[in-house]
Amino acid sequence: MAEALLNLQDIRVRYGDLTALQFSSLAVHGGEILAIIGPNGAGKSTMLRLMGLLQQPSEGKVFFRGNLVAHGEGLSIRRRMASVFQEPLLLNASVYENAALGLKLRGLDRRSVDQRIRPWLERLRIAHLADRRARSLSGGEAQRTSLARAMALDPELLLLDEPFSSLDPPAREDLLVDLETILRKSTVTTVFVTHDRDEAFMLADRVAVLIDGRILQLGAAAEVFARPINEEVARFVGVDTKIPGVVEKVRVGLTEVTFNGGNAAVVGDLRPGERVILCLRPEDITLSIPGREDLKSSVRNRLAGKVVKIIPWGSHYRVALECGGTRLIAFILRPSLLESGIQEGGDVVASFKATAVHVIRRN
Amino acid sequence: MQRKNFSLPLFTLALTLAIPLCIQAGEAPSKFVVLSTTTSTQDSGLLDVLVPLFEKKTGYKVKTISVGTGQALALAAKGEADVALVHAPSLEKKYVADGKLLNRRLVMYNDFIIIGPASDPAKIKSTKSSVEGLTLISKSQERFVSRGDNSGTHNLEKSLWKQAGIEPKGSWYVESGQGMGATLGIANDRNGYTITDRATYLAFQKRLTLAVLLEGDKPLLNIYSVMEVNPANGPRINTPGGKAFADFMVSSDAQAMIKTYGVEKFGQPLFVPIAGKREEEIGG
Amino acid sequence: MGLIFDGIREAFRLILTADSEVLGITWLSLQISGTATLLSLILGMPLGIGVALGRFPGRNFIVSLINTGMGLPPVVVGLFVTIFLWRSGPLGFLELLYTPAAMIIAQIVIALPIVAGLTMAAFQTLNPNLSLQLLGIGASRLQLLWLLCREAKLPLLAAVMAGFGGVISEVGASMMVGGNIRGQTRVLTTATVLETGKGNFEIAIALGSILLLITFAVNLILTHIQQREQLRWPKPS
Repeated sequence: MAEALLNLQDIRVRYGDLTALQFSSLAVHGGEILAIIGPNGAGKSTMLRLMGLLQQPSEGKVFFRGNLVAHGEGLSIRRRMASVFQEPLLLNASVYENAALGLKLRGLDRRSVDQRIRPWLERLRIAHLADRRARSLSGGEAQRTSLARAMALDPELLLLDEPFSSLDPPAREDLLVDLETILRKSTVTTVFVTHDRDEAFMLADRVAVLIDGRILQLGAAAEVFARPINEEVARFVGVDTKIPGVVEKVRVGLTEVTFNGGNAAVVGDLRPGERVILCLRPEDITLSIPGREDLKSSVRNRLAGKVVKIIPWGSHYRVALECGGTRLIAFILRPSLLESGIQEGGDVVASFKATAVHVIRRN
Repeated sequence: MQRKNFSLPLFTLALTLAIPLCIQAGEAPSKFVVLSTTTSTQDSGLLDVLVPLFEKKTGYKVKTISVGTGQALALAAKGEADVALVHAPSLEKKYVADGKLLNRRLVMYNDFIIIGPASDPAKIKSTKSSVEGLTLISKSQERFVSRGDNSGTHNLEKSLWKQAGIEPKGSWYVESGQGMGATLGIANDRNGYTITDRATYLAFQKRLTLAVLLEGDKPLLNIYSVMEVNPANGPRINTPGGKAFADFMVSSDAQAMIKTYGVEKFGQPLFVPIAGKREEEIGG
Repeated sequence: MGLIFDGIREAFRLILTADSEVLGITWLSLQISGTATLLSLILGMPLGIGVALGRFPGRNFIVSLINTGMGLPPVVVGLFVTIFLWRSGPLGFLELLYTPAAMIIAQIVIALPIVAGLTMAAFQTLNPNLSLQLLGIGASRLQLLWLLCREAKLPLLAAVMAGFGGVISEVGASMMVGGNIRGQTRVLTTATVLETGKGNFEIAIALGSILLLITFAVNLILTHIQQREQLRWPKPS
């Protein structure tokens, strides 16, 4: 097993009687981008402070490159990391001085500081603001300064705590794109915390889902988003359609589940009589008007129902439908909606592949 | 951080400020003689000429603490001073009788005067007796301003009222609760009578419209004596220093200075030296 | 009116002729109050910072203590310091009463809560996450403290002004613990009281004017620094 860059073992963080964080192990691998996602108050920021050696766990050990970090000797290791927080916490000085701060704290001379900062000011597109006072910056510019300050340190571990969430949408989009480019190029090991699944999906190699202080699921981003292990994770990673049902029949390769108002073929290692939840992501459901569906396709599952509501949803529409007492959410692209003639109150057929269904056992 | 750092100059400034103070504080403590005396002594300016002479002669350093008569005696009795120079004979005798203060020796006297509006509505000019003068003021209900601060002057005034058999009360009797200078100011503003020591009166004379109406009566004499502090009163009393200062006050050098002090500024001396005399021989 | 003009003329005469006694008194005032202010800063700033940034049991009690201390009447301070420094008092063995050191102690007791309280307020205006951020880019504890002080520079200057202004113009405690001894513990305020008592109003006014001039000059310098900082760093439009 490759040695982890950072390893947290048997961690417990308590605030008074409240346990904010508790897990047995979490490793950050060299070069990866790990997203820690979870709702507000799940313990994400506490996790990041532990990783950044800015907080001591109540119990447990932190290893950096295999070596136990002892209490009080954090500074030398802390200087191999860099943190960026939700608010761009800048000093009352110029953009340049702020960006240079971390290097100056490490005692670098003026020339080397300048050499290391200039490229980052360029890459983050704030070179023209170098002499501006930090107080006069917009939110996006300030956060770029904060990122330049961190990146100029050439850290072994970059820790980002909700770096986009205080920005307005256009600034957020721009910075997200720039940061993605930077991170892909730089190979710096990055841990970032977010409550926004799109950010995680866009940037992360691996995702850890943190809910109520516990790591509920950890895995490749695509895996976690496609196959949440339980209902809680499913709700958080964006599975809108969750159908409770019971396993009816199990045949080789294919299992039949009945639920209120119908049944569906799914794939999975299940036994008859097991109580399950079927998860369907909205983008995996195809909608069509009855009689016009593409019967030649390999789609196994077809449910007839009525359209309840159609809401504009970014580049597409979010369609809520009811199929015999079961509620489904599907996405449909704008041109497809106009073409297909689907409308609120109208009949509709929802089709999805057996492989698109993710099955979670109910307790 | 490129900005100038101003902590270094500040620190240097602190050292510059503190060094002379430390040197001063480092001097041997037995060099200091704490003299407890009354504000009037200090205000007259006499000590400003006597103390430097004493310091030059003996090498001691004097710390003059000028407070009210009562406090001056109490401080000495607590052992917080080494020698006392005050002017409250009856109180002094009590402390000496209790053994708190030792070797009471007369040094000098100055005198009190009764002043008031030049028109003298109470007609106190008609008498030479201070007790009678106060009786006239109370009878006429003319305004009288008392210091009311339990100072030596106030105590003298109270004893005069007592001798007159009068308890001063009423709207005519004003208590200032302040020092002599402030009390003179109030008496002047209100056009009232008051008792003051001559030195303070002379110092304020330019600003006063009040006139001297009664003087020279024996009870109005203000006798200063010097007393040493009993070493048993407390820890760390500089007994030799206290004795040296007391001896100096009755020495011929000091007495000669007392005799002429004030002539230059006021045209008349403020004090009469009386070292070696007995109380009965004084005045008249 | 003539009195005031005479007083001001006397003040100029005393300053211009460099009257040695007045200069001595002025210099002593500056030394004592300057030292007291500086020591109050050295003690009060860490205290204020600790209370502002720290979370520990008894913190609220200390905050209340500091806030009460900010309004301590100097006369009360003088009384207690005197009692402690009496020959018969608990600190009598130090033989400090009626020395400049005693005055410095009393003035520290007066200025320390002011400095600590204003330092506390200054640090509480900083974003609480700033410390984490600075540590998160590799600041040591000492560097952190320095950077935070630098951020809170303007309100800290106010603490210096308030501390110095409070002690140089204070008379009650200086009179009690110093004894207003000529050439040793006589400072501008106590000398002013004395000269007023002696009826030397011109000199009293002169001394008072010098005191005013000093406090004004000190505040002018510090305000200048403060305003300059603000001008140089304009608020975002």
